[in-house]
Amino acid sequence: MALTREEVLHVADLARLSLLPEEIELFTRQLNDILAYVEKLQELDTTGVEPLAHVIPVFNVFREDVVSQGLDRDAALSNAPAREEGALVVPRII
Amino acid sequence: MTEPLYSLSISRLAPMLARGEVSPVEVAEAMLTRIKERDGELNTYITVDEPGARAMAQEAAARLARGEATPLTGIPLALKDVMVTRGLRTTCGSRILANFIPPYDATVCARLRQAGAVFLGKVNMDEFAMGSSTENSAFGPSRNPWNRDYIPGGSSGGSAAAVAADLCIAALGSDTGGSIRQPASLCGVVGLKPTYGRVSRYGLVAYASSLDQIGPLTKEVRDAAILLQAIAGHDPRDSTSAPAPVPDYQEVLGREITGLKIGVPREFFGEGLDPEVAAAVQAALQTLTGLGAELVEVSLPHTEYAVAVYYVLAVAEASSNLARYDGVKYGFRAEGQNLLEVYAQTRSQGFGAEVRRRIMLGTYALSAGYYEAYYQKASQVRALIRRDFEAAFRQCRVIATPVAPTPAFRLGEKVDDPLTMYLSDIFTISANLGGIPGISVPCGFSSGGLPIGLQLLGPVFGEADLLQVAYAFEQATDFHRRKPPF
Repeated sequence: MALTREEVLHVADLARLSLLPEEIELFTRQLNDILAYVEKLQELDTTGVEPLAHVIPVFNVFREDVVSQGLDRDAALSNAPAREEGALVVPRII
Repeated sequence: MTEPLYSLSISRLAPMLARGEVSPVEVAEAMLTRIKERDGELNTYITVDEPGARAMAQEAAARLARGEATPLTGIPLALKDVMVTRGLRTTCGSRILANFIPPYDATVCARLRQAGAVFLGKVNMDEFAMGSSTENSAFGPSRNPWNRDYIPGGSSGGSAAAVAADLCIAALGSDTGGSIRQPASLCGVVGLKPTYGRVSRYGLVAYASSLDQIGPLTKEVRDAAILLQAIAGHDPRDSTSAPAPVPDYQEVLGREITGLKIGVPREFFGEGLDPEVAAAVQAALQTLTGLGAELVEVSLPHTEYAVAVYYVLAVAEASSNLARYDGVKYGFRAEGQNLLEVYAQTRSQGFGAEVRRRIMLGTYALSAGYYEAYYQKASQVRALIRRDFEAAFRQCRVIATPVAPTPAFRLGEKVDDPLTMYLSDIFTISANLGGIPGISVPCGFSSGGLPIGLQLLGPVFGEADLLQVAYAFEQATDFHRRKPPF
């Protein structure tokens, strides 16, 4: 399953990355090398094997539904590139 | 001749501080002077916090005077720049976070503060912990103190090099596929990756959340036990942290290993293993046998698939975790005509090549039509790797292997070939996939004078077993006493 140049551009778009012209070719080659290596997983028969997503048996961690002190708004916004009146500022969307 | 303060371990320094033979302020000044004079040669620090370190040292002095000291009170530490520190810049080795000042502490940092430790600053790493050499840092590579033409390993390369070069007393790193153990091995120090869930990940900038774990890099095994003791334990702020009791990790040090079964997996001693590494690890196995341990051959048949599993699962998780860097909430923002352009320009200018490569790979692996072939398949093989370990640990208490297939490589040697770089983690990655703990302990040197490490792996929550065996090995050898020509 070799990635084409068009697919690389599509994936970059999905990932919100814009690639330089010389990077498109380089990434296409490098991603294909890695995917060819990863292909070796297909050698294994994994029929009926339950996928393992998480290694310790902890599920649904609950706590009491009580309000606790979090970060205050100014602290939470302190690293924002642009902010105004307690809100994040972004370029016009519509 | 008295040894310089900066060269001491935690276990040597703590009693001196407790007895008042030396003050935390003197120790901190000794460290800051050494960093100022020598770190330019190795580039281990991204940020040195002189005023913060001095203030913490003063507090530690007051605490010692009140008789409220812990074994870490007044001990100067370096923190990998991937764990957030309140008020102290945390970059993750990335341009995108180059000016990020966290408004809160990671749980590990809060615990170390409570214990009275002194933070010298934040140390270098591959960007977002993605790499095996620190060459992916936006702040330039670190160098190996044993030979400055060589890499210190990665991604916690700054932590390992700083410990080896006496630019801190001990350090914390993080390990997603070997990022504590591999640089520890390449720099000749001790590095411990705890069981997944043993140490809180709250405030650890996420790379691959199901694999990431924080752990110590130290000059000797006892120090690793002391540091792990301070950071281990359940944290309600990390829902994946384990609510399991934490044993006393120093209690087992010095206990004999007579009759203790050590598994040797044949799959780790095959093709691609450097002969000098193989010889050093074989010699280490003989030393352990001499101490009364019993070697048993075990099999981890799915080892050869671990790197492939990792480069599906870790990158898939990374592509999701790193979606948050959009130039809106924090971090670097590039200008653009509209919001989509701001996102794409911010991320393309803010992330380095390896981070973008992994985000691309992960995005592809999770994209419509490919999920089953990649993510699901890799998760199934991960289950097989886990089963291999469970079966092996029915035959032995710990498993002994090499840490890395070769000693440190030259700067620039693998930088254009990502796949070759990935394969340098072949012996460490499976522990992260299985969620089990592992330690790297110095076991020899190459003919070129570069350190070689022995890896010990244990069952889930088997850190005490690892420390017991590693300590016995360390006490029987003197590799850890050698200092780099720095």
